[in-house]
Amino acid sequence: MTTPEKGQLVTANRLRDGIAVFLTRGGDWSEVIDEAVLALEPQAAAALEARARDDEKKTIVTGAYLVDAERLEGRVRAAHIRERMRALGPTVRLDLGKQAEGKGAGFAAPEGE
Amino acid sequence: MYRYDEFDHQFVRERTDQFRNQTERRLSGALTEDEFRPLRLMNGLYLQLHAYMLRVAIPYGTLSGRQMRQLAYIADTWDKGYGHFTTRQNIQYNWVKLEDAPDILDALAAVEMHAIQTSGNCIRNVTTDHWAGAAADEIADPRPVGELLRQWSSLHPEFSFLPRKFKIAVTGAPHDRAAVKVHDIGLRLHKNDAGEIGWEVIVGGGLGRTPMVGVTVRDFLPQHELIGYLEAIMRVYNLYGRRDNKYKARIKILVHEIGADKFKSEVEAEYARRPHPTTEVEERELARIAAYFAPPDFEKLPRWSASFEEAKLANPAFARWARNNLGPHHVDGYAIVNISLKPEGGIPGDATGDQMRVMADLAERFGSDELRVSHAQNIVLPHVKKDDLLTVYQALEKADLAAANYGLAGDIIACPGLDYCALATARSIPVAQSISRKFADSKKQDEIGKLKINISGCINACGHHHVGHIGILGLDKKGEEFYQITLGGSSAENASIGTILGPGFAGHEVADAIETILDTYLKHREAGEEFLATYRRLGPKPFKEALYATA
Amino acid sequence: MPLLKNNVLVADTWINAEADGDFPASGDVIVPFARLLKDWGELSARPGKLGLRLSNTDRPEALGTFLPKLSVIVLPFPAFNDGRAYSIARSLREMGYRGELRATGNVLPDQLQFMLQVGFDAFEIGERFPLETWQKASRQMSLAYQRGLFRRGSEAEIWTERHTDAEPWLEQPHAG
Ligand code: HEM
Ligand code: SF4
Repeated sequence: MTTPEKGQLVTANRLRDGIAVFLTRGGDWSEVIDEAVLALEPQAAAALEARARDDEKKTIVTGAYLVDAERLEGRVRAAHIRERMRALGPTVRLDLGKQAEGKGAGFAAPEGE
Repeated sequence: MYRYDEFDHQFVRERTDQFRNQTERRLSGALTEDEFRPLRLMNGLYLQLHAYMLRVAIPYGTLSGRQMRQLAYIADTWDKGYGHFTTRQNIQYNWVKLEDAPDILDALAAVEMHAIQTSGNCIRNVTTDHWAGAAADEIADPRPVGELLRQWSSLHPEFSFLPRKFKIAVTGAPHDRAAVKVHDIGLRLHKNDAGEIGWEVIVGGGLGRTPMVGVTVRDFLPQHELIGYLEAIMRVYNLYGRRDNKYKARIKILVHEIGADKFKSEVEAEYARRPHPTTEVEERELARIAAYFAPPDFEKLPRWSASFEEAKLANPAFARWARNNLGPHHVDGYAIVNISLKPEGGIPGDATGDQMRVMADLAERFGSDELRVSHAQNIVLPHVKKDDLLTVYQALEKADLAAANYGLAGDIIACPGLDYCALATARSIPVAQSISRKFADSKKQDEIGKLKINISGCINACGHHHVGHIGILGLDKKGEEFYQITLGGSSAENASIGTILGPGFAGHEVADAIETILDTYLKHREAGEEFLATYRRLGPKPFKEALYATA
Repeated sequence: MPLLKNNVLVADTWINAEADGDFPASGDVIVPFARLLKDWGELSARPGKLGLRLSNTDRPEALGTFLPKLSVIVLPFPAFNDGRAYSIARSLREMGYRGELRATGNVLPDQLQFMLQVGFDAFEIGERFPLETWQKASRQMSLAYQRGLFRRGSEAEIWTERHTDAEPWLEQPHAG
């Protein structure tokens, strides 16, 4: 097995419905974390963040920030459980959120109950 | 129950229109997020982990069947079919869209409800005893004062930008079910020898990062002076509360830093200085409001209901539920029904739209059309005839609402924690679930007896962990969740803040640790002694020893 | 900077005096509180009207004897959510101050009505929002529950209306 690439991605909440979204390579926002573009260097991360700030001004998203994440075979997993929660949905309601809508990507769901 | 008149209706309608306009300005880009955030928060709309969250006020915890039905409708129409009842007698919806929020507020306004001031640094939803108007030990129903305070605090121009949030709780009974000593202001009713009533005013309690029990600044404030006196307290706090550090901005810190005596003299000086308008209007307003809270037409019934006694003999599950979940009513032949929202392994405080409708229906058919939300995240039907209890129980059972654990180990308070909350450091719901499963055996729960286990997912203490007999606080240690246990807290009239027992535990260890603590209690308790009493008698030592004994 | 007063823009003719230095020979000046205490003699002998700039930590009750001499009091909002000036303003009105009460700093349309209700009547509003937004904002709510506010005739005080035998509230003239 290869080792995962480590980097940072940008996440935010979509303004009109608040859903957690991730900035993609094409500059769009996706609900699926696997589609997020991963910045492998701080400079690239800063550029992503700047792009997100623009989209905040355009009232597409709100509250954008960088999070640590890693990518393995096309799948992306955030480093912190909080971010994995945002990418999947509540661990206590597996029937709700992205995990239930076929958008819950990332590798290995948060280890929960 | 209180009903809006044309003024209340117009007030809420105008406020809702205002919010619709603000939302449109935000969506069009005319307002920035920094400008909009305080406006949406003043209307109860947060941005949480998964989506927006809307917190709806249930003033002094009282609802009609129609209002509960509307909450169900909102859950089904604009959310994912459920809502979360909170320790502050609110309900939270977790999956709300910003663009729908004005419609939801309209739907609330249609049933005389709103989300005004459920967030922000203002006076929040006023809470009371969930047994108000029904409890056997009550001096007077505190809800008229609760409604008076709701109106007075609504969009108060002077007190909408306080140093920090401000929570007021009111109780009309000597046994404190409203946790008045751990609120920014707690009001407690007393009756003097002449038979007059007056309010004890307690200031500076609170939980969060610096838990404190409040201090009494007036022993017996005449009811008609209440608004004037509260304004004096609020003004002193607004002017002198700290604004340099949000963790030190609550009124409890001001009271603590300048000292209770100095604080009190500032308030008294302010109170004396202000022009005293006649309080005639307040008195007439209170009388007007109180008329709405006239008790329902209770039937004259014998204290003993033969059908109820027979049903208990015939149905042991019903008998157990009746033993644990009923409260003493002040009218013969009636009981207070406590519906536990804590099924085994369930999510504390969550109810589906269908469940809400079942409860609304029962309230309308058997409970004088009244429901209450308790600060322990349960629902109360305050006035049910003993003759109807079996029917009510059977309907609850069908809706998975008949957990017979009210006030026991399974009746756990838990905040949303990291599963929903953007501020959380750890999850709280899964911990509640694992403890609830551990004590699924009803015999064991009954044996342990009265117990409050409270869980918060971070130091903000929304799950009241400081005042749980057993408190559990979820923290983050280098990216891993871990849990600190405190013992000996209480939010009742003998309020106390729990003591941390020792090093924390991983999530999967918590339920076992709680079991060890409770086994230790069972071993040491004297006949009839509740957990808290045993802990207070023995202190932490035996519990520590049992928990941290090297294997 | 123009001022918003009674929902129209008016020129600000006042001169701000600093903590030190000479006062202008004529014209109306606004001075900080320390200056008022220090140069009271000179100030009261001067032609022109006198205004005072307070900070959020000055105690309103210390102003008692000066109040009748003041034509303007300026209160700051260092941030929109620093609400101290609301209490100071209402105290000053309760003490009988009848001159201009001016809000400066972080003054936003959505707070305008609260400011009016505690007794402010002049606003340094900057250029972020058009006049029309301010005018609308000044009458978003036609009702208030609290008694003892300072804008009767515009918002109806619900508790008073409910319990007085005055004209039905709906027929009263409102700003909206
Ligand atoms: C999910 C969104 C929530 C957020 C962002 C939130 C935020 C906070 C914060 C920051 C505090 C600490 C305040 C301070 O110490 O100054 C606090 C306290 C508190 N919250 Fe929440 N809370 C949330 C949900 C809840 C829920 C669901 C409940 C009820 C179950 C609740 C009830 C309380 C209570 C009782 C306190 C402690 C009492 C006090 O204010 O001292 N909150 N909350
Ligand atoms: S205690 Fe912390 S985790 Fe729990 S709801 Fe409050 S802020 Fe969120």
